[in-house]
Amino acid sequence: MADVTLNLNGRRRTVDVDPATPLLYVLRNDLDVHGPRFGCGLGQCGACTVLINGTATRSCMTPVSAVRGEITTLEGLAKDGRLHPVQQAWIDEQVPACGYCQNGQMLTAAALLQRNPRPTDEQIRAAMAPVLCRCFTYYRIQAAVRRAANAAATA
Amino acid sequence: MTIDDLLDRFAAPSRREFLKTSGRLVVGVAAAAHAGPLVTAAGGRAALAQGAGPYPDPDFRQLDSWIVIHQDNTATFYVGKTDLGQGTGTAFRQIMSDELDMAFDRTTCIMGITDVTVDQGGSGGSDALQVDGWPMRRVAAEARRVLLDMAAERFGVPSDQLAVNDGVVWVTADPSRRFTYGDLIGGRRFDVTLTGRTINETTGVAPIKPVQALKYAGTSPPRDDIPAKVDGSARWAVDVKLPGMVHARHVRPPIAGATVVGVDESSVRDVPGLVRIVRERNYVAVVCEREEQAIAAATRLKVDWRAPATAPFPASDDLFTYMRRTTPTRSVDPQATGDVEAGLAGAAARIEAEYEVPFQGHTAIGPAHATADPSNGQLTIYSNDMKSYGLRDGVARFLDIPRDRVRVVWMHGPQAYGRTAADDAGFEAAYLAQRLGRPVRVQWSRAEETAWDTKGPAYLVRMRGGLDARGNLMALDYEARAADYGHLGYNEHDTVLVAQLTGRRRATPAPGGAAAPSDMYAVPNRRAAMHVVPLPLVWETPLRTGNLRDPNGPQVTFAGESFIDELAAAAKTDPVEFRLRLLAAGTGDDAGVRRARSIAVVKAAAEEYGWRARPSPGPRASGDTLTGRGFAYAFRNQTIVAQIAEVEVNRRTGRVWVRRLVCAHDCGLVINPEALRRTLEGAMMHSLSRALYEEVTFDTEKVTSVDWRTSPTLTHLDTPAAIDVVLVNGDPNPNRPDLPHYGAGEAACKPLIAAVANAIFDATGVRIRRVPFRPARVAAALQAARV
Repeated sequence: MADVTLNLNGRRRTVDVDPATPLLYVLRNDLDVHGPRFGCGLGQCGACTVLINGTATRSCMTPVSAVRGEITTLEGLAKDGRLHPVQQAWIDEQVPACGYCQNGQMLTAAALLQRNPRPTDEQIRAAMAPVLCRCFTYYRIQAAVRRAANAAATA
Repeated sequence: MTIDDLLDRFAAPSRREFLKTSGRLVVGVAAAAHAGPLVTAAGGRAALAQGAGPYPDPDFRQLDSWIVIHQDNTATFYVGKTDLGQGTGTAFRQIMSDELDMAFDRTTCIMGITDVTVDQGGSGGSDALQVDGWPMRRVAAEARRVLLDMAAERFGVPSDQLAVNDGVVWVTADPSRRFTYGDLIGGRRFDVTLTGRTINETTGVAPIKPVQALKYAGTSPPRDDIPAKVDGSARWAVDVKLPGMVHARHVRPPIAGATVVGVDESSVRDVPGLVRIVRERNYVAVVCEREEQAIAAATRLKVDWRAPATAPFPASDDLFTYMRRTTPTRSVDPQATGDVEAGLAGAAARIEAEYEVPFQGHTAIGPAHATADPSNGQLTIYSNDMKSYGLRDGVARFLDIPRDRVRVVWMHGPQAYGRTAADDAGFEAAYLAQRLGRPVRVQWSRAEETAWDTKGPAYLVRMRGGLDARGNLMALDYEARAADYGHLGYNEHDTVLVAQLTGRRRATPAPGGAAAPSDMYAVPNRRAAMHVVPLPLVWETPLRTGNLRDPNGPQVTFAGESFIDELAAAAKTDPVEFRLRLLAAGTGDDAGVRRARSIAVVKAAAEEYGWRARPSPGPRASGDTLTGRGFAYAFRNQTIVAQIAEVEVNRRTGRVWVRRLVCAHDCGLVINPEALRRTLEGAMMHSLSRALYEEVTFDTEKVTSVDWRTSPTLTHLDTPAAIDVVLVNGDPNPNRPDLPHYGAGEAACKPLIAAVANAIFDATGVRIRRVPFRPARVAAALQAARV
């Protein structure tokens, strides 16, 4: 065990854990941040996605000691009490069914729009493809990504 | 956040106290409505913390068990259902607000917590509105009646001289004289006894409203579960953390049917945080202080397994050969009209075909999980079990503890669709918590879930048909074999996986079942025969069948509706026209006018698509991309659905892209159209995933599809460019005041696989009769046919 300090959603948090522990379990079990969820532990599904310096990252495969930079989870996406445009689009489009995977969908969409504010439909499909949904809400997710991009463009 | 934090935030006197105690004032919990089921269920510390039991059933014959009116003129509805992400919780609020005459946005709904909500069985069978909506409407109407009587007494006028809207009652002749429901009863009990032999029959004396008087039904208020799922504040069963809680993971048999010879505990001696190795017969679990420690211990634990003497099953490549030659354990009495053999013998043209659908899993996005708290000699299980009441009953029997010492708190969870109706993890958490005497959180791994979850049965269907010289269908024969022997029931204490592995299972497996397509086609000579075939290993096998979203429907409709298309092609008739002729050939109808509504739905789908009549296959394009359209139709109970898939097939790679989906759907009275549309989209896409990708693969020892690479699924790349849903009301009297609300989600799963197969045929002239239509299979078929 060792002290590891993380920059999480704008706060510094220190935990005493085995440095090899995947970030996912530290976030969920030590820091009570439950946006990222366990789906496969293999980096294949995206349910555990967090942003590290704005890049969508699979927290189930990332040792906590390897994290460098600012971690943003679903809980940290809203700013100043306002939902992120992606979150608002998810509500407006009524996207989630069970909702278990939507953490990864929203954070991946937020990362996409950060680096490409006006993605084409093909770019949306390609960027979102690694995040799986077994309620198959893909059609509404893609509509919500377009909606968020349009909202940001007109804001 | 821990449960204690939640309790501190939402502390209030207990719901159970309210149900027991007459005339007491309680504090509303409505403000907590949007933070998820745990919070909304709270009703306070006593209801959540593991206090002194017992945990009796709320009495469904008491109005107070269903509805509480708070002093601030808000209402909380308590129903025995679970919302798996289809928006049923919002729909319940709509119909109950309507009957109660309460403003929708002043209501909340609490679901599926066994000692807090009446036992409506949880979810399943798409019956939320079809079955359980009726008692909800009746009790809300009764509450309205009682409130109006109270107001009449307070005002000193007969209740027929009162008006009511959005929870405010006034004297019609003098609107300044008014009371809110909260004024009349806020925080106090109704103390009104209802009648009904069963919960589904529960009623007061008040009639429900005619459909025309419903204000919220038919509108689309946003789903109330979505904001918390989007902002991260929803609480999920995976999130539960209790003082002293430990983490469990399993070691499953590496070969199906293997038995434990010994466990080498020294192999994990140096794993930090190891609490216990639990082994009972072939059930092996490791329990550690931390989750990652449990993962490490499960990976490293050396277990000596003895392989079974005979192979547990054939390899998946040989499955259909095996099913073809295996003697059935059960044959269902055939459904027959006319004489199918004579009809075939007299036909001008006869065709036959065989269709194959492999085992397909639930493969939930989140593997199974649950947390159980055994303190005070009782058990609370925090679970996403869609049938939480059954989990309570099953655990009580499995662990031999009184039923009123067990309760289940239903919480959000990943994609249920039948998986959590046999809630292995809930039983395992309870079992381990009892053995260890401390709270245990069970979490399955991805490989464990994908290999060992319950499966939809594999089907082998042989079909024969005969056309007369004019292309009329004279004989239709359906003969199905389903690998469904030992089909799991709902949360049975003697069939869940832990019961099997610990040797506490029942002696006789369930007989299993096989189904026939559901359609209203009138064929003069018709037979449907169904058989169940067993696999060699019946118990302790990962090829356990259970209910997968519309059990049997996608498989048998793939066969039935593909073959109707083959017959239409043989008759050189447009496939929609061919179906309409078969529907119109019958004259009789049932009480739900399924025939008339089937015709309306088939026509609506064709119209929405812009269907132009011509036989299949269509003219073939010259480039790499071939396009076509396919039609299929089915019903489930009284819900009618017709779907059209428009595909692009890459001649070279065999990749199939469904670029447009159309669904016409008639489930009677629609409560929330937008939530329904999304449910139908999801159901179609689920079947599209099954059509294109899903198959449980196995060798003669074990399942080999164990992660998202070996068990592929539909992704964003496969999403249609357009999905058009048209909601049909094909009732001959569409404005009848008693228009019923039928089930929705699962019917839409049925026709899609066939629609895609028919579209591939339309595009290529090649008929694919084996699911899934992965690129390699399609490419090989096209190559063989020199397309």
